[in-house]
Amino acid sequence: MADKDYKLEKRKFVLGGVAFLVILLYLLRLFTLQLLSDDYQKNADSNAFLKSIQFPARGAIRDRNGELLVYNQPSYDIMVVENEIKDLDTLELCESLGTTTEWFANRMAEIKDKRKNPGYSKYTQQILRSQLSAEEFCSFREKLFRFPGFYIQRRSIRQYTGTTAAHILGDVGEVNPADIEADNYYQSGDYIGKLGVERSYEKELRGEKGTEILLRDARGRIKGKYQDGKFDQAPVPGKNLTLSIDIKLQELGERLMKNKLGSIVAIEPSTGEVLCMVSSPSYDPHLMVGRQRGKNNNLLQQDPMKPLLNRAIAGRYPPGSTFKTSQALTFLEEGVISPTGTAYPCSHGFHFGRLTVGCHGHGSPLPLIPAIATSCNGFFCWGLYHMFSNRTKYPTVQDAMTRWKDYMVSMGFGYPLGIDLPGENRGMIPNADYYDKAYKGSWNGVTVISIAIGQGEVCLTPLQIANLGATIANRGYYITPHVVKEVQGEALDSTYSKRHYTMVSQRNYEYVVQGMRAAVTGGTCRSANNSMYEVCGKTGTAQNRGQDHSAFMGFAPKDNPKIAVAVYVENGGFGAHFGVPIGALIMEQFINGKLSEASEAKAAEFENKVIKYGNYSR
Amino acid sequence: MDAIRDKEQKGILRSLDWFTIILYIALMGMGWMSVCGASYDFDQAGQLFSFSSRSGMQIVWILTSLGLGGLLLAIDERIYESFAYLIYAAFLVLLFVTPFLAHDIKGSMSWIKIGSFSVQPAEFAKFGTALCLARVIGQFELNLSHMRDLIICGLITIVPMGLIVMQKETGSALVYFSFFFMFYREGMAGSILFCGVAAIFYFVVGIRFANVPLLNLPEVSLGQFLVLTAVYLFTLGMMYVYTKLKSPIYWMMALGIAGIGGAFAFCEWIIPFDFTYILLVVLGIMFVYLLYLALRERLLSYLYLAIFIIGSIGFSYSTQYVMDNVMEPHQQKRIQVLLGMEDDPRGAGYNVAQAQIAIGSGGLKGKGFLNGTQTKLKYVPEQDTDFIFCTVGEEEGFIGCSVVLLLFLTLMFRIIHIAERQVYPFGRVYAYCVLGVFMIHVFINVGMVLGLTPVIGIPLPFFSYGGSSLWGFTILLFIMLRIDASRNKVMRNR
Repeated sequence: MADKDYKLEKRKFVLGGVAFLVILLYLLRLFTLQLLSDDYQKNADSNAFLKSIQFPARGAIRDRNGELLVYNQPSYDIMVVENEIKDLDTLELCESLGTTTEWFANRMAEIKDKRKNPGYSKYTQQILRSQLSAEEFCSFREKLFRFPGFYIQRRSIRQYTGTTAAHILGDVGEVNPADIEADNYYQSGDYIGKLGVERSYEKELRGEKGTEILLRDARGRIKGKYQDGKFDQAPVPGKNLTLSIDIKLQELGERLMKNKLGSIVAIEPSTGEVLCMVSSPSYDPHLMVGRQRGKNNNLLQQDPMKPLLNRAIAGRYPPGSTFKTSQALTFLEEGVISPTGTAYPCSHGFHFGRLTVGCHGHGSPLPLIPAIATSCNGFFCWGLYHMFSNRTKYPTVQDAMTRWKDYMVSMGFGYPLGIDLPGENRGMIPNADYYDKAYKGSWNGVTVISIAIGQGEVCLTPLQIANLGATIANRGYYITPHVVKEVQGEALDSTYSKRHYTMVSQRNYEYVVQGMRAAVTGGTCRSANNSMYEVCGKTGTAQNRGQDHSAFMGFAPKDNPKIAVAVYVENGGFGAHFGVPIGALIMEQFINGKLSEASEAKAAEFENKVIKYGNYSR
Repeated sequence: MDAIRDKEQKGILRSLDWFTIILYIALMGMGWMSVCGASYDFDQAGQLFSFSSRSGMQIVWILTSLGLGGLLLAIDERIYESFAYLIYAAFLVLLFVTPFLAHDIKGSMSWIKIGSFSVQPAEFAKFGTALCLARVIGQFELNLSHMRDLIICGLITIVPMGLIVMQKETGSALVYFSFFFMFYREGMAGSILFCGVAAIFYFVVGIRFANVPLLNLPEVSLGQFLVLTAVYLFTLGMMYVYTKLKSPIYWMMALGIAGIGGAFAFCEWIIPFDFTYILLVVLGIMFVYLLYLALRERLLSYLYLAIFIIGSIGFSYSTQYVMDNVMEPHQQKRIQVLLGMEDDPRGAGYNVAQAQIAIGSGGLKGKGFLNGTQTKLKYVPEQDTDFIFCTVGEEEGFIGCSVVLLLFLTLMFRIIHIAERQVYPFGRVYAYCVLGVFMIHVFINVGMVLGLTPVIGIPLPFFSYGGSSLWGFTILLFIMLRIDASRNKVMRNR
């Protein structure tokens, strides 16, 4: 037996120590790798998880009677997995896609260009050609089996049942960088509402994207769902919208406005629901769908008639005599005039010093009701003059102006009404500051007299004029106009059910109603009179650089009104020429649900009327 | 006769080191789970026990290993000692003929096909070599502090290494360096191990900082400066430990400080120049002085120190030369990536980078059994063989990794304990050989996965998939257990 060498035996501690230190070093290394940094976790996730986005179906849009207006239509993208292409007959492929081999070669080069297509992998599907129509798709599908490596991906695009209401419905298009910046829900290539309710109800219509977490191996191939889809999120479909628009009324409105510039807005006074909103010229919403969208959009933007502009909410017009109703209400409430006692003279207009505001021939002097009926300029000019020069009630003209402006604002003028459509204009109601600046402080009621008759600085949108009609129909309040009646499964925003009372009492509204009724029975709006229901109305003839604008504002029936309408035809001449008959047809269509034969003929006549706009530039 | 044998068998079972066997089974069990995780494919869930899957096959390897272990315990331990030379010689022949019989697997010529299985003789030759070393040292009572004995053992080790290198299995050949741990225990001078450490230092520092300038002196290579300074300091340190005369040490310290300080000052205020030459001159003077001392004092230590200086300088310059002129570009790249000189996550660094992502993503508790993504989706190459530790890291997390590493550490301590309780050198030497093999395998395999050692393709004991390595480690371990189980009997009979 060998003697133990105790000096050498101690070397076991050196060897054990080495083992201990190395293992300790490895544990420290593991500690830093696994516990001190989550970079590796993120790196691993981006390695292995492919988040495949599941697009929800966008909500459909219907009119107030449930008629389908906008829906989704399948469209087809041709996808290619380069690694799976086998024995490709390029010529045949291109023929069945309706393209050329040069296009194919270019497109393939584009796909493979990592700068243009950072997500490129030859193991995954890449878009070869997008948005094939149903016909193109059908002919290709028959031959698909002959092209291994090519696939079809279904997507959906918007489709329209009709050709009307383009401004209300709007359209969808690919998001731009600003959209992505504003809402991180979006990723490049997503669709977003661009105009109309598609834009203002984007959040409701779009739904929520779902995600499917797929496992991707080191070569980019999909190896199935992560944990059998435990962490997948199903897409939430978008909500359907029911518009307050009556599509038949809308169609009639667009027919009547053919070859004219202008707008028709109809509101149900009791609810604030917009029944039709015509902006002319319009365009076919189908132009904004599919591969041609970009091109068509450019053409429409360059059109000098500005068909993309929704004149009903974005057009600023002098309201002309329709505005006189608001003046009558203000003067009555402020005690400037009494309902029957006050009569102002009018000798072919309002004369003050060298200033003359002209008027047409009628009896003089007139009290309020016939003054509305005959649309007497003199009456309203005197009213404003007396209000603005009453120094006992208003210490300065500025105070009078501010008081007047408050009335106007309470009636919904001067600020956007808050309709649920993008691009609403606020119109223009001048205030004391405005005139102080314009006239350097030296002005009085006479200086600004034309605001009394809806001229001068005052500008309203057709929607604001229609809303004035609704306010009078309601005798003193309005509900913010809106085009969406119902969002599927959601209560409507309380903004669209709240009553906004004006500063004028209900009693005073009755006099104005009588005046508007008198205008129909024996005044400027006689052609709107009929035996079926009592129409109330007010014409407007707004002076302009060219031919006057023809306007009408009215409602019917007089008691429990169902519809308030504003019609504005640019350069249409007297209010009675275009405004009144068009307004009357709109009312008849809505109240009766159809037009009588005589009215049908009249509608056809107006449809064919053309107003020539020379070098139109606004 | 039967009765005696029965008694003998019972004695073996009683004196068998069950603790090691429990560690062995625990490690194999965890290894099997890791192979399941690594080879599991999401496409074919529920095939863990099918023989067509790797996890199923690993069960076969585990069961046969247990059988093999039992068989080895049944053999009389004297057989191992008696046949040690024969076994060694047989393996040398086998290793020699292997390249002629082998079929090429990824450039390696080390696999022999037997029926439908492939066997790697290199995995088994380790125990043959270990037995031979144990027999030689035991029989001739060698003391490895003697140069002659050390050279004998070195030759026994180097011959199979050379044969394995010829099979283009450099990784497996490197494992034979593990016997140096045994050499050390058996008396080899610690300074030889120290020279090994110094060589690694010269290699790493010299190459890593070869092209980095020293401070603001573009003429001076930081790598060369550090290596030469290290040679100087190592020499001083060894003089302090191994020689008694202290005055030469002070002389040399003064010389070094004056040389380096003067060179710095000259560069700073007069003309910058490559002052590594100054260091070489300093070392040259030291070399001559040491030779003089060796002759004057008649002490070999001084001669060795002089050789150390020349050897170190020669080694560091030749590594640079080998790196630049001998190595293949892909080998150069591997070394550069390992040393952090190049960031190349898609190329040579891909394996290591992905391995660290996989491990790092495990966190504290891991993703759970079969829930790892990186390993299953084939981001980590060789994930069920050389990179198997990634799966442990990803699925079992820091806790699982710690358990595995601590189990290995416990096994190492246990083997040391077993080795030291052997009465005869044969058992002790053999057990230290086993210890060395496990240490090298665990250190290099786990180290490479963690990015701390070069990528050398050797398996992690009991974890990496494959019959050859599992059988190899089982044989290695169970022969040790069998020898250990008879330690008392041996004392009685001899």
